[in-house]
Amino acid sequence: MRYESPATTKEAVALLSKEKGPAFVIAGGTDLLVRMKSGLVEPALLVDVKRIPAMTTIKVMQTGFRVGAAVSGAELGAHKALGKAWPGVVEATNLIGSDQIQGRCTMVGNLCNASPAADSVPALIAAGAKAAIVGKQGRRTAAVEKIITGPGSTSLAKGEVIEALTLPKSSRRTGDAYLRFTPRTEMDIAVVGVGISMTLERGIIKKARVCLGAVAPTPILVPAAADTIIGTKLDDAALAALAAACSDACDPIDDKRGTAAYRIRVAGVLARRVATIAFQRAGGAA
Amino acid sequence: MPHDNSYTGQEFKVVGNRFARPDGVDKVTGRARYGADASAPGQLVARVLRSPHAHAKITKIDTAKAERLSGVKAVITSDDLPDLTGGDRGMADILENCMARGRALYDGHAVAAVAAVDEQTARKALKLIKVTYEVLPHVTDVDEAMKPEAPVIHDWVFTGGVNPQPTKPCNVANRTEMGHGDVDAGFAQADVVIERSYKTEQTHQGYIEPHACLASVNSDGSAEMWVTTQGPFSYRTVCASLLGMDLAKLKVTSSEIGGGFGGKTHVWAEPLALALSRKANRPVKLVMTRDEVFRATGPTASTSIDVKVGAKKNGEITAAELELRYQGGAFPGIWGMLGCMTGFACYDIANQRSVGWDVIVNRPKVAAYRAPSAPMAAYAVESIMDVVAEEIGMDPVDFRLKNVAKEGAQAPYGPIYGPIGIESALNAVKENPHMKVKLKKNQGRGVACGFWFNIGGQTCVDLNIGTDGSVNLAVGTVDVGGARSSMGMIAAEELGIDYEDVKVHVADTASLGHNDTTEGSRGTFSSGMATIFAARDAIEVLKERAAQMLDVPKESIQWENGTASATGAENSNLPTLTLKEIAAKSHNTGGPIAGHNEVTADGAGMGFAAHICDVEVDPETGLTKILKYTVVQDAGKAIHPDYVEGQFQGAAAQGIGWALNEEYVYGEDGRLQNPGFLDYRIPVCSDLPFIDTMILEIPNPNHPYGIRGVGETSIVPPLGAVGNAIANATGVRMNHAPMSPIRVLEALDRAGVSGDQVSAG
Repeated sequence: MRYESPATTKEAVALLSKEKGPAFVIAGGTDLLVRMKSGLVEPALLVDVKRIPAMTTIKVMQTGFRVGAAVSGAELGAHKALGKAWPGVVEATNLIGSDQIQGRCTMVGNLCNASPAADSVPALIAAGAKAAIVGKQGRRTAAVEKIITGPGSTSLAKGEVIEALTLPKSSRRTGDAYLRFTPRTEMDIAVVGVGISMTLERGIIKKARVCLGAVAPTPILVPAAADTIIGTKLDDAALAALAAACSDACDPIDDKRGTAAYRIRVAGVLARRVATIAFQRAGGAA
Repeated sequence: MPHDNSYTGQEFKVVGNRFARPDGVDKVTGRARYGADASAPGQLVARVLRSPHAHAKITKIDTAKAERLSGVKAVITSDDLPDLTGGDRGMADILENCMARGRALYDGHAVAAVAAVDEQTARKALKLIKVTYEVLPHVTDVDEAMKPEAPVIHDWVFTGGVNPQPTKPCNVANRTEMGHGDVDAGFAQADVVIERSYKTEQTHQGYIEPHACLASVNSDGSAEMWVTTQGPFSYRTVCASLLGMDLAKLKVTSSEIGGGFGGKTHVWAEPLALALSRKANRPVKLVMTRDEVFRATGPTASTSIDVKVGAKKNGEITAAELELRYQGGAFPGIWGMLGCMTGFACYDIANQRSVGWDVIVNRPKVAAYRAPSAPMAAYAVESIMDVVAEEIGMDPVDFRLKNVAKEGAQAPYGPIYGPIGIESALNAVKENPHMKVKLKKNQGRGVACGFWFNIGGQTCVDLNIGTDGSVNLAVGTVDVGGARSSMGMIAAEELGIDYEDVKVHVADTASLGHNDTTEGSRGTFSSGMATIFAARDAIEVLKERAAQMLDVPKESIQWENGTASATGAENSNLPTLTLKEIAAKSHNTGGPIAGHNEVTADGAGMGFAAHICDVEVDPETGLTKILKYTVVQDAGKAIHPDYVEGQFQGAAAQGIGWALNEEYVYGEDGRLQNPGFLDYRIPVCSDLPFIDTMILEIPNPNHPYGIRGVGETSIVPPLGAVGNAIANATGVRMNHAPMSPIRVLEALDRAGVSGDQVSAG
């Protein structure tokens, strides 16, 4: 196995493109190293991106935020402006693993691992985050919901890497939140996860995005669920409709972590709770 | 000279203090050496090939390609472990469990093993071994395995304990029955008779340290093994027997142990490491992965239980019946018997019967797990106690006190109780401030009791006094819960010296006589007894040496507070001699000074506990949060209270994990779905509140210090305590553990009390 730690994204792309055997990007390695240890993957090449400046910084821009692919959960949690603008995204990322894992894990790693249960992904999708992708052919941008195509698979071509995620500028009237259900308080994988962001106008929900995790082969953006609360003040009827729409959108499986019936049920419960938090964060009155 | 083990009520100076633990710094700095931390020159790495099938005939194992791989030094199958057990069925089971003999009996059963120069080569070699399986029908559920149509796993198992013994083989290995009185007459006297059924899922001890050893067989046939174990002597006995070695030629050294809880009382892969080393003529290190630990070591049984209790309106239980079905994995066990012994042990029930069934299924061979079998039986009994109390309109603690076992009552398994602590524990619960904490909406409180009999057994220690007066104590019981500290304190107490002057170590099997395994909460009870006696022997030697130094007859020497003095007015001008002064002159007075003791410690004091648990249940998700938890347990005498409290807390934490989320999940294919800590959900720190403890000290009359074992009892009540608290919070009784969110929500749904607003849409 070869280990490389290039200084630029371009070099990283070149290394990954050239390698004939199994090649992996390593940032925090909190998923990859576990899979290597258990013998699930045997990489021929590891490309460490932690020395690439463009990947290790959080930039505050006119249009929002640009979070480098190798920024750890702990760094994200310590970034005041980001935490204020997108608390749901930061909280979701900070749910991954434990304190020790937070020192290493990254949002992009969480995204590219492509688990249906990834915690940061529903929050990112709800927030309208985009991925800045670099490949042999140059740069492109894609919405985060276009990245994961199935359990463990992404739409990234060979050699392509995500250099950063961008989050739009958030207003005082925007609020987001993410909650997951796990039997344990931490060190657990979401049985269901729900991310919601919304923007209010005169106390009424004007725009909303609802994304569900762990209830389908990929995290799913559910416009039908968003529609149930747009135009409302999040009254009980809207919450009930939201819950029903979220449950309806689920296409889960029975597995060791939960039954399909339980996931469908709890998706609705969590959606109500998440919407309530996001609504408050957007300045909505209960 | 035989020593007297009676309780004397002596005053203590050292015992009862909270000294810093001797292994603490090494453990938190990473210096402590665990099973995987030993290395030898030229050592090889062992890996084990395991069956992916729950049940399969092995028609062929082709190892030729693996053997040809560069770097592979030995490949073994069961052919390399010829059966030397000579008709000893128990030993033959262990041999077959270590490596499949023509048939894989569970997912994870070892089929072959390799030793290679490094990990990568060893893994590669495993892939080159071609095993041809013929998959057989399997069964993993205890109730399914008992049905007549179930696939019969062993053709040599004919149900024992049934008269006449069946002539057809089946999966029920044994039936045990215990009890006394006339159960039918008892039920006839009852005003209320309640019957319930319960299920508990399989759990693993979940020790953080996986099984690991370094085995080295020399060309002369002698061997050494460094290993993480609760019982180096037992490991020696079993390994030597399976490999055809003399006991004296196999030296087993126990490492620091990263948790055992019963799971390290049995060998799993250690004989394979020895066999590989013998074949390769090199030292071999074998460290299990977590996946292997879950699939192929010894979790506890899953169960299915029926319980029936009859009581009068005044609260008196007139009769009780238990039927306990334990699956012991792929081999016969003793789990039904242990369930029968413990189920009703907290109560004085004149008419009672317990029937236990040991059932074989296609799962790993069950091993002891902290008070094995008792938590499941107690889940059923402690749950139905609350149901009956409610039915007759009595407070559940008062109902327990009304029927509580006291001195003179008869245990389910026969003996008449001496002084025991369950009544005191329940009274302490009643008066505990915890019982007065106000509960809010969706919150509830449960109380449950627990019993474990504890054991004694064979022990020996060596106590050597150095020429500077400092003391080495060699014990043969592994330090799983503070033994080094406790034994050092006991030695210091007896000798009248400072605790800091005693250094305790756990000896290897070549340095001490046989010691039974550290299990059954026996360590402090039995090694403590041997330490007292060894110190008293050493004091006799010290007195004799002092007599020489003072030139008086030994009879006139008395020993007090670590000092010898001559009695009598005629000797009043003689100096007193400290232990240090006597030790300094030992070369002139007869050589080294030591004390030894070999004893079979009888009269282990029974352990009783009562727990209080507060929970909050989320009616929309079924999630149960533990808000507050209190353990009250009788320790007889707490030698080192920190360790005793630690045992109470650790046992309660494991019981809570079992109660809430821990379980083996098997697929339809008979394969374990969750062999890792991510999906086998042991509670993490933030899942538990600080667990409050209260130590009761009701002396064991059969120990000089009154010691009772404390390690296991407190894993027994939590299943019942949590279940009762959930019932109190929700009004719904759980009958299946773990009481996971999914099961709780289903139960709330059935009762129509879940907080469901989803269906409104």
